[in-house]
Amino acid sequence: MTKPRGLVSHTFSNLKKDPLGMAGFVLVSIILLLTIFAPWLAPYDPLDVDVQNRLIGPSAAHWLGTDQLGRDILSRVLFGGQVALKVSLVAISVSMAVGLVLGMLAGLGPRWLDRILVILFDTVRSFPTIMFALAIVALTGPSLNTVIGVIIITSIPVYARVVRTQTRALRERDFILAERAMGASTGRILRDHVLPNIAAPLFILASMDVPAVVGMEAGLSFLGLGVSPPTPSWGSILNDGYSYLRNSPWPIIAGGIPLITVTLGFTFFGESLRDIFDPKLRGKDK
Amino acid sequence: MSSPVLDIRGLSISYQTDTGSLQALRDVNLVVEEGRIIGIVGESGCGKSTLISAIIRLLAPNAQIGQGAVNFKGGDLLGLSPEQMRSLRGDEISMVFQDPMTSLNPVLTIGRQMSDVQHRSTASRAEKRARSVMMLEQVGIPDPESQLQRYPHHLSGGMRQRVAIAMALMAEPSLLIADEPTTALDATLEVQIIHRLKELQREFGCSILFISHHLGVIAELCDEVVVMYAGEVVEAGSLRDVFMNPKHPYTQKLLECDPARIAQPTRELPVIEGSLPNLVNLPNGCIFRERCSNAVSRCGAERPLLSGDGHQAACHLPDTSP
Repeated sequence: MTKPRGLVSHTFSNLKKDPLGMAGFVLVSIILLLTIFAPWLAPYDPLDVDVQNRLIGPSAAHWLGTDQLGRDILSRVLFGGQVALKVSLVAISVSMAVGLVLGMLAGLGPRWLDRILVILFDTVRSFPTIMFALAIVALTGPSLNTVIGVIIITSIPVYARVVRTQTRALRERDFILAERAMGASTGRILRDHVLPNIAAPLFILASMDVPAVVGMEAGLSFLGLGVSPPTPSWGSILNDGYSYLRNSPWPIIAGGIPLITVTLGFTFFGESLRDIFDPKLRGKDK
Repeated sequence: MSSPVLDIRGLSISYQTDTGSLQALRDVNLVVEEGRIIGIVGESGCGKSTLISAIIRLLAPNAQIGQGAVNFKGGDLLGLSPEQMRSLRGDEISMVFQDPMTSLNPVLTIGRQMSDVQHRSTASRAEKRARSVMMLEQVGIPDPESQLQRYPHHLSGGMRQRVAIAMALMAEPSLLIADEPTTALDATLEVQIIHRLKELQREFGCSILFISHHLGVIAELCDEVVVMYAGEVVEAGSLRDVFMNPKHPYTQKLLECDPARIAQPTRELPVIEGSLPNLVNLPNGCIFRERCSNAVSRCGAERPLLSGDGHQAACHLPDTSP
């Protein structure tokens, strides 16, 4: 038995033993750094039009070439990352927080409340997301906030269901009964005993959800339902590139690679987190 | 005689099920005097768990308290508001559960959980920690300081049960309810835990309500024994009286079935023929009649009441004890 270690050092020492998880962590870090420092890293203004040099391939001046208006694709990809990051950060944290509250209410509350909430979750989930987005956009017009709103509404049931199932499973566990027998209030049980037990699956779910959210934002922007031009987004880069695919493949390649990287990075990282967060494995030599 | 800590009178509890109302407890009387260890014995389904759930008022939602009173230090627990009841739990009344592998939160350290249990105390974090160390020391955990940083899965079953006992005694309760705390442990540990529990009881002076179906453990630990069968108390008395001179046929058979008492090597362990009666449609008369080999006609007609002074039994038959 080794001495129990801190969470951060524990995470890192385990990542070292898991090459795929480490690769995921490196990819995620690179994407985050590039995106956060996009304004300093981007060689050009992503909105600068240069029609003279439209749709050229990679060169020393434009590493990833230019699009149909001669805008530098590398700069657009970097700034597009900021849109993706903003959407996933806001959407996931809001839907996780709301899902957590609703899920706990359903899991620990009275039966009638549970039934109502479950019907609500199922109703929301039964809409095809894209159709739902189209309907909302038709009502409010395309904008980044609409995209975030649609993602939040469709993700809340996902988180809430996980929280509800976990809470219900925990409710039957002996240590919750033991806590009750020792005089703990419902609030204390939720905060000190249910929450720490469901935090790990929740964070894993969130990290796995990032690619889905980024993909959804790209998809909606590709369909013209997301950010309005000329704001760069990975989806709108793909959309622009798609129309000029016969002239140059570079916009499609440059818009697609970050999507693939984000998906792979967060999936690997999330899977590795799942193993690490399991406290039964913590402090043991594998 | 000192006043009783717990005095249960005529308690009846039923569960509402699809097939009807299941009479889980019928007219149960139980007295726990201050500083005494009372053992409750009975086979599975005899109402032991319902009884303790009723005492701490954590009954299943479909349970219904028919009548009776649960007097704790003079006040009726059944009349308290949920909030008042909650403030008693873990303070005046504590509990140790059967399975130490599941009764501790797996994702929190021992130290965190032990400090957590002291949520009513206004002591500083360091004081709570010091008290945790002291309690762990008292239940016989080596190197308590370093155990505080460990998670439950780092500890063995016996260690965990000691931690659970330490947590239950933290508030120095007047009544400790132990629900088969040694059933999930192996035999050598069982003895250790029992001895430690007895020492701690002397030290803290609390009363213990000890539930078990292991007669040896009861004999080792308890001052008084209550035998339950199918939701009724069939016999109650001092340890010596009940074990040496059982009056109720069920107690007699139960003792015959105790492997420790079988003198002759045998391939066929004794069993009590038959099974528990249907508690939805109760039979008339004595609850044990169907399985009793000495039943007479009166047993089918009239329900026997607990009778006797000190050593009580609910049986119509004349004293049949050997």
